[in-house]
Amino acid sequence: MGFFNATVVSWMIFLPLAGIPFLLFAKSDRAARWIALAATLVAFLVSLHLPFHFDNAQGGFQFLQQHAWIPAFHIHYLVGVDGLSLWLSVLTTFLSVLGVAVSWKAITKNVTAFFVMLLLLETGMLGVFCSVDLFLFYVFWEITLVPMAFLIGIWGHERRLYAAVKFFLYTMAGSVLMLGSILWLYNLSGTFNFIHIKAALASGALALSPATQLWLFLGFFIAFAIKVPLFPFHTWLPDAHVEAPTAGSVLLAGVLLKMGPYGMLRFNLELFPQAARVCAPWIVALGLIGIIYGALVAFVQPNMKKLVAYSSVSHMGFIIVGVFTFSLIGTQGAIYQMLNHGISTGGLFILVGMLYERRHTFELSEYGGIATVMPIYAAFFVWIVLSSVGLPLLNGFVGEFLIMLGTFTAAVAHAHLYAILAALGVILGALYLLHWTRLTIWGELSNAKNKLLADLDGRELAVLASIALLTLVMGLASPYFLNKTQATTAAAVAAYQPPPVAPALSASLHGARP
Amino acid sequence: MSLHLWIIPLLCFTGFAANLLGGRRWSDRVAGAVGVAFVAAAFGYACWVAAQWSAIPHPYLETHGLWLQAGALSVPFGFQLDQLSLVMLLIVTGVGLLIHIYSLGYMHGEGGFYRFFALLNVFMFFMLTLVLANNYLLMFIGWEGVGFASYMLIGFYFHKDSASRAGMKAFIVNRIGDFGFLIGLFLIFTYFHTFTFTQLFPQVEKLGVEAGWTGPLTLIALLLFVGATGKSAQIPLYVWLPDAMEGPTPVSALIHAATMVTAGVYMVSRSAAIFDRAPDALSVVLAIGALTALWAASIGLLQRDIKKVLAYSTISQLGYMFMACGAAMYGAGVFHLMTHAFFKGLLFLGAGSVIHALHGEQDMWAIRRGSPGGLRKYAPVTFITFLIATCAISGIPFFSGYYSKDLILYDVLTGAHGSVLWWAVGTVAALMTSFYMFRALFVTFFDGGSHADTAAHAPGPHAGHGEPHLPHESPKLMTVPLMILGFLALTGGYIGIGDRFGHFLDPVFATGVPALASHPIAGGELTVSAISVGMALLGLFTAWLFYIKSPALPEKLGRSFHGLYTLIFNKYWIDELYGAAITRPLAAFSRTVLWRGVDVGLIDGAVNGVATLAQDAGEGLRRQASGNIRSYATWVVLGATAILVYFYFGGARV
Repeated sequence: MGFFNATVVSWMIFLPLAGIPFLLFAKSDRAARWIALAATLVAFLVSLHLPFHFDNAQGGFQFLQQHAWIPAFHIHYLVGVDGLSLWLSVLTTFLSVLGVAVSWKAITKNVTAFFVMLLLLETGMLGVFCSVDLFLFYVFWEITLVPMAFLIGIWGHERRLYAAVKFFLYTMAGSVLMLGSILWLYNLSGTFNFIHIKAALASGALALSPATQLWLFLGFFIAFAIKVPLFPFHTWLPDAHVEAPTAGSVLLAGVLLKMGPYGMLRFNLELFPQAARVCAPWIVALGLIGIIYGALVAFVQPNMKKLVAYSSVSHMGFIIVGVFTFSLIGTQGAIYQMLNHGISTGGLFILVGMLYERRHTFELSEYGGIATVMPIYAAFFVWIVLSSVGLPLLNGFVGEFLIMLGTFTAAVAHAHLYAILAALGVILGALYLLHWTRLTIWGELSNAKNKLLADLDGRELAVLASIALLTLVMGLASPYFLNKTQATTAAAVAAYQPPPVAPALSASLHGARP
Repeated sequence: MSLHLWIIPLLCFTGFAANLLGGRRWSDRVAGAVGVAFVAAAFGYACWVAAQWSAIPHPYLETHGLWLQAGALSVPFGFQLDQLSLVMLLIVTGVGLLIHIYSLGYMHGEGGFYRFFALLNVFMFFMLTLVLANNYLLMFIGWEGVGFASYMLIGFYFHKDSASRAGMKAFIVNRIGDFGFLIGLFLIFTYFHTFTFTQLFPQVEKLGVEAGWTGPLTLIALLLFVGATGKSAQIPLYVWLPDAMEGPTPVSALIHAATMVTAGVYMVSRSAAIFDRAPDALSVVLAIGALTALWAASIGLLQRDIKKVLAYSTISQLGYMFMACGAAMYGAGVFHLMTHAFFKGLLFLGAGSVIHALHGEQDMWAIRRGSPGGLRKYAPVTFITFLIATCAISGIPFFSGYYSKDLILYDVLTGAHGSVLWWAVGTVAALMTSFYMFRALFVTFFDGGSHADTAAHAPGPHAGHGEPHLPHESPKLMTVPLMILGFLALTGGYIGIGDRFGHFLDPVFATGVPALASHPIAGGELTVSAISVGMALLGLFTAWLFYIKSPALPEKLGRSFHGLYTLIFNKYWIDELYGAAITRPLAAFSRTVLWRGVDVGLIDGAVNGVATLAQDAGEGLRRQASGNIRSYATWVVLGATAILVYFYFGGARV
């Protein structure tokens, strides 16, 4: 087991890649599907090794593996996971399996190439979360870009090329800035090793002037903000989602967007605490705008895939607010919400995709009364919508509640106001999601084209059931998940905790009449 | 000893899961039996728990692991049984069981039978979680969960657009209330670092009574009450409850009369320690309760749909319960909560039986026309039980409602936070209550005679069928629950005689604020009672005069007071006001300004503008700006390599 512990992260990252040669020799589309499923399933099973052997008490990286890669530039192949990347890795391998499953019948052209892209994407995403070397991180970051752009551009819908280029340019613009920051940081520190840089910054061996810190911070931040996407950098998202095939949307919303807040927590918060504090009010303001703005715009969308896309802008806003108010509870909530959003919104896109496979349209006006012909589908629809709405006992509530409670009690200015504005998003979330539900599955089945729609088949049932089950488990047993992230989170926010003061309780309650 | 309280909600959840997973393949008989059996087991278990009362500490506590944990926050799956939760437990499981049995008959032959019982079961699960929770956050699970069950059951006939709209409205309006509830919870955690009642209230009880509006306890109390106005349909968030009548009638009885809508009263009573120290918040609760009681009762006066009458009546009666809370007499509120569960549950089930008898007719005048000689002849059990419930809600002496409503009015008059003004408002509302309920009784069950006023009114949807189906009495499955509830509506008030019920609850509400004792008036009890009874009889008499004796009278009055009549008949146009002031502007703003303006116009316009600019920026650059992904990647790699090479060979080191 010792050997496996030392290499498990690499196994996980590269197992999907190892499926690609097999795919190239696949004799039929059918074989290609099964190979892709096998590769993602094995990667998923391997990733499950991590939570079972993870030391909850330890805040730093575990399962570290290091090899020199390009010694001339001190670039190492250095991978590992900590509390922050642990569950995101498992989320990635899980959603990749679903990505294969939902493409089973939907993808009929260039099947082999499609799954090559999907597996390449999975390796890229896992690499992003597990890289502890900044250059390696950047390489994986860029690797994710290419297959996703191809997934949209080749297997997408009508305006796929426009969407693919927009996605690519937007993200590329951010990546370039991040690359600049990474190289500058290397220039200053002489290393790409994240652990060394962090230690050097913490010990004062590497001292950055406030201006330097701010520019480095912004270089990283803009790349991540585009990825989140944070208002106003979000307009690539609706187009990318509408045009992407279902698997692309699931992985885009479920995993790629998470690379944004992941990067912010990993680099912006851990490396540049002063700059983070300076910029936080602006960032939180953008997050809050995103929560409300995204919800309102989602509410008026006539296209259901755009509706879900804008809902992501709203939900991701919560995560940003949780991260940039620097409280332990809020950050834990943000991490949980990253997982929740991956599962719930991934589920919503799968639901949309299943309707699209049957009717080839995303227009809300084409639907209505679907519960009459697809009752099992409707049950899952309601379930997953409720998870996204944040119904207690399902996963979404835990994340949102912790974020709002953490924000409310955070030691930053205007904390109460932030939490109250965020809580408005909870009302609006119910508004647009139930509005969508009503227009899609409730009502009279008036459109003749919908009268003969088939309910879920076994494969679809398995996909949705696994999501529904996860939303329940994560809603009931959040301590199991969060206990593994707490040590890392506590270390990350430790730099932001104010010196202890007399509790607010005594101050304001003593004003009361005895 | 351990009571294993968790079994009670879990039994109901098991029923839900069973019907969810297996119900589609089962016959209605099996699905219904499963639904009823698990609730019956829960009721049986609740009775066993009640029988252990003398052997357990009060409050009895048990916890089973953690639900939430992060930083200083730690929320257990914890349950609590004290006097208050015991009362709620028995009401919810008892009335719930009766309504489940009734539903076997009422829903017979309806599509989605198993779905109905699955949802009723899951409602019971959440409602029991709500009343048994030992902390606010677990209570919030139940609180939101019953809202979800309500959403699904209001929209049970989902093919009807009005039903799915009503379900959504209920959920959204409740979410607005929950927004306040949530902020209140955040404040609680900020000041007391816990959500658990037994850790929170002892801290609260050490604090003094607050003066003014801005004290933390007052803020917390007001925010919690915002949540209560949503769930318990008080001004200004009551608008969802009348629409909720789109749901099947047993749902209206169980959720929108007997149990869920009283959750706000339960929550405020549970928070007595906080409210007692927030006199200004209590004043708000009292005022909102009294105004809602009057406002909703006045709308009830002119409703034609029997379920709408009962809906506004429920809003009004919930107002009474909040009046009691506002007077810091929570025991009286809970007492009325209980009697109301009996008589209003019965009224709804009776209405359901009538609707069943007339094949879906809900317009009271159409019911009258469809029952030549008076419906009471065709459906005697329904009539007698409906009569009992009407007497109970109107406050006719010796019926249950008489005891609880009287106690509230007396407490409002004499309590430390009470006042003559709100007592008078409550008394006028009582007059209206008696009138609209006897009006409903007379119009529904008594023959209009040949001189009936029916011609003046538009025919109901089912009119014009001739008389092929005469009304009929409902089957035993429905009439037996009616009879049991009839017995309870008649006698349920007797446990309050000599304030025995109040004394039983006292330990929960004794929060250590001595100033809250009431100031009895010599002979006051009798005077207040006499006035109340007078109001009840006056209402009865007027209804008799208008709808039996001289049916032309109400129309004449309506013409004389045309403006007032129109105003009330249209429910003060509150729905229209909300629509014009909030809903429609919000959608229009989102569509035109935010989406088309900011998103597509401004941001995307700028992005595309930059792209176009880049395209025009020259021959050399044009090729790279054309969106060729490979060339971009090449440039990035080349650029990065160049920078790296520069740093390696020539770059300065720190």
